[in-house]
Amino acid sequence: MSLGLNTGLVDIPSETATSPEGGEAYQSGSTLKMILMVFTENKLAVIGVALILFFILFSFVGPVIYHTQQVFTNPNVKDQGPSLQHLLGTDDVGFDNLGRLMLGGQTSLEVGIAAAVLAVCIGVIWGATAGLIGGFVDAVMMRIVDSMLAIPFLLLLILLGAIFSTSVLELIIAIAFVAWLGPARLVRGETLSLRVREYVQAVRVMGGSQRRVLLRHIIPNSIGVVVVNATFQVADAIIAVATLSFLGFGIAPPATNWGLELSNGTTYVFAGYWWLIYPAGVCIVLTVMAFNFVGDALRDSLEVRLQKR
Amino acid sequence: MIGYIIRRALQSLIVIIGVTIITFILLHMLPGNPVRAILGPKASPADVASLTKQLGLNKPLPFQYLLWLWNLAHLDLGYSYKQTASVDTLLAARLPNTLLLVGSSTVLAILLAVPLGVMQAVRRNKPDDYTLTGLAFIFYSMPTFWLGLLLIILFSATLNWFPPEPQASLGLFQQLNALILPVATLTLVTLALFSRYMRSSMLENLVQDYVRTARAKGVSNRRVLFRHVLRNALIPVLTLVGLSIPGIAAGAVVTETVFNFPGMGYLFFLAAENDDFPVLLGVTVVIAVATVIGSLVADILYAVADPRIRYV
Repeated sequence: MSLGLNTGLVDIPSETATSPEGGEAYQSGSTLKMILMVFTENKLAVIGVALILFFILFSFVGPVIYHTQQVFTNPNVKDQGPSLQHLLGTDDVGFDNLGRLMLGGQTSLEVGIAAAVLAVCIGVIWGATAGLIGGFVDAVMMRIVDSMLAIPFLLLLILLGAIFSTSVLELIIAIAFVAWLGPARLVRGETLSLRVREYVQAVRVMGGSQRRVLLRHIIPNSIGVVVVNATFQVADAIIAVATLSFLGFGIAPPATNWGLELSNGTTYVFAGYWWLIYPAGVCIVLTVMAFNFVGDALRDSLEVRLQKR
Repeated sequence: MIGYIIRRALQSLIVIIGVTIITFILLHMLPGNPVRAILGPKASPADVASLTKQLGLNKPLPFQYLLWLWNLAHLDLGYSYKQTASVDTLLAARLPNTLLLVGSSTVLAILLAVPLGVMQAVRRNKPDDYTLTGLAFIFYSMPTFWLGLLLIILFSATLNWFPPEPQASLGLFQQLNALILPVATLTLVTLALFSRYMRSSMLENLVQDYVRTARAKGVSNRRVLFRHVLRNALIPVLTLVGLSIPGIAAGAVVTETVFNFPGMGYLFFLAAENDDFPVLLGVTVVIAVATVIGSLVADILYAVADPRIRYV
């Protein structure tokens, strides 16, 4: 890692030096600028951001430009190949496939991002609380996390999928319910190392409450790892939504997502209806890859920041 | 060291009990009535009542849980609601198939990931490293079921080399060619993760001081790479294998479902479709126990392999 370090960065003062409150103010301009610099130097990160923007535009602005009818089925035009009327053909009930992809993208992105944000919020609170209180409470809280982690993500989701997951909201909750475990562990680890820092002890000595320590110091200082983790969570959540739909535990039609599109396409593997099999898969792979690129780049730039600490 | 192992083992036991509690609660939140599921919609209320009593479903939940745990301790997982067989029998018939699938793909993934990771680290930022990293990213970002689907399209539908699913009437060992596609699917997914990890582990070790020292002593490049860097780089990968058991198990559920592979994952999928509680519980517990033991073994191996780790 240290080999790739740009020499121009060495002179930038570290955050502890600039802000007298220790780690409280993370937004010191130089640190952010540094992260941004390292981030934009990474070509993959830029590609990732561009891809994410593209798919957001495709899914949410696309339907405004490319009008399709996505409410009523139309058996007269089912299973058609690509044509001028239907750029990517039609599916088994006569929906325009390109329009369907846009609609599916909306759900996939909404669920992916919302579930990741919710999961990370729960995880941060859980992990920071456990780490800060410590002792028996910490042990109990973390054994709960361990127990849930021992059940594979997907199995837990399938179990939950049978309980919830008929609507988008329920799917978000189900995925978040499973995905908060990773961030909880991460943040607890961060908390354990942060709570013994001098500035946290200083706050305690000055009579600062546990809540103040948590909200003003622990959480802002672990935000870096959390953001990185959240990015990967989005990627995982999009795959999870798709997989659940494929297995038949996801959102019910006529609502759709990329996974459901694919699962419809499965029926036509031997019929050669490629437009029902490849486009949705490519959308998933590109979106997930984009979030992974961004996550990797964020982690790398964060590592540079940590080295400066 | 012994103290550490005992403490970790006790912790694992608590986690396993935690798993059974969580699974049990989740399953009893499932909608649908198992008694109705068994007897069908036309059953008389008397039949429903008597079967409810027979299955112990009228007892309070904590009692049902303790009863189930007691039976579990005797390796008795109860009877399937949907198939006329005990969960033990169902699991015993499928466990070897899943072990074959998971075992061979994990071993293949490791055997491929180590040389690939070494090569990528040595030829860092060269075209072949970029290509392999790119491929790893693609496979890593690909939903497992779609990868399986693509392999079926290419090798079954187009080339007609391998069957898309094993024949139910034959044992797996009589149709090894039906194993190739599922194993390939799971291997590629696992390999993508392992090789990325292996590459960064190698890179991290290549810049360590001891490498410079070895080089300064005049140790040959090959020896530095294989005797020093690789051995140290393998330590975290060792634990990664232990820790990826839940991920691989999840991959196996999807892979088995795509290929109608007669394993535990497919059994789980079918049970989830049919509200077959005892089977769902059984499979979850088996996988969770494997996961917990896996991470325990990984931790112990880590402590054994790396003397720098302090086991407190």
